[in-house]
Amino acid sequence: MADTAETQTSELAYGRTDWDDHHHLPTNTGLTNEKVTMWAFLGSDCLLFGALISTYLLCRNRVGPATKGPTAADLFDIPFTSVSSFVLLMSSLTMVLAVTSIQRAEMERCKLWLLTTAALGSIFIAGQVYEFTGFYREGLGFTTNISSSAFFTLTGFHGVHVSLGIVMLVTMWVLVTRGNLGPERAETIEIIGLYWHFVDIVWIVIFAVVYLIP
Amino acid sequence: MNTATVSEDETHQEHSDHGLSDVGYIKVALILAILTGVEVATYFVDFGVVEIPSLLILMVVKFQIVVSYFMHLKFDSKVFSYLFVTGLILAVVVFAAMGTSLAFWQDPAGCDASAFC
Repeated sequence: MADTAETQTSELAYGRTDWDDHHHLPTNTGLTNEKVTMWAFLGSDCLLFGALISTYLLCRNRVGPATKGPTAADLFDIPFTSVSSFVLLMSSLTMVLAVTSIQRAEMERCKLWLLTTAALGSIFIAGQVYEFTGFYREGLGFTTNISSSAFFTLTGFHGVHVSLGIVMLVTMWVLVTRGNLGPERAETIEIIGLYWHFVDIVWIVIFAVVYLIP
Repeated sequence: MNTATVSEDETHQEHSDHGLSDVGYIKVALILAILTGVEVATYFVDFGVVEIPSLLILMVVKFQIVVSYFMHLKFDSKVFSYLFVTGLILAVVVFAAMGTSLAFWQDPAGCDASAFC
């Protein structure tokens, strides 16, 4: 009886029980709330990017009667963007390696892969800034025409997602380095990984639909 | 000894149920890299009428591979799949509704001089 009371107190105090460690979670679904929430968020984020991609496709060739200037498609540098896409794609590999490392309690490797993923994400963002700067110099700003507004909104939102992902990765690296995040909480890294892979699959769609399809 | 062996086997089985090995993930990344190479090749080589369909197919295949293997959806609970696919379907509905209502298939050159066009 006393043991039961102590266990209940422990559950209330820490929110985690031995069940968590054996994958028998005390939730209705048997799944962790954090992971379910992340998947629900990713599902809703599909709507955001679905709307932004739709808007771009609708406006990609429209410059409007009162405005002028090139469209983004006129200025694309496909070889450069291909390299950026490849870098982001490979960051998904390093991310998944970070997840498997922490699951095996290989903390040094986990830290290495987390930093590598953040670095690859930073290279992608640097490429995007370079691309945007080039477009601006060519006379394509956010308000140049409706096509450019749609393009910068879509790719800008994606860039913000990647930037937030980099912040989360660096935060994870700091937590692992300080010993505040161990193998017992590997799912935290896995959830951050889900977000990171999501920004990758969004770019897979943007790269094909916006950049490659004429 | 036997107990330890069984335990190791169970651990290995559990691990394989939750995803691939590191080498497996590297192989998946190589496949993705090759598919990306083929995608980029369509920019330099004229594939004619099959260009757009092939790009769309490659995009869907890459999407599916990342979601299934890197995001573990293939190995994880179906609840996650339902959550994600629901969002995807809604996104496609948004795309279809928007495209249809705003005359997506209309030639932009044929637009009248409204504020939008």
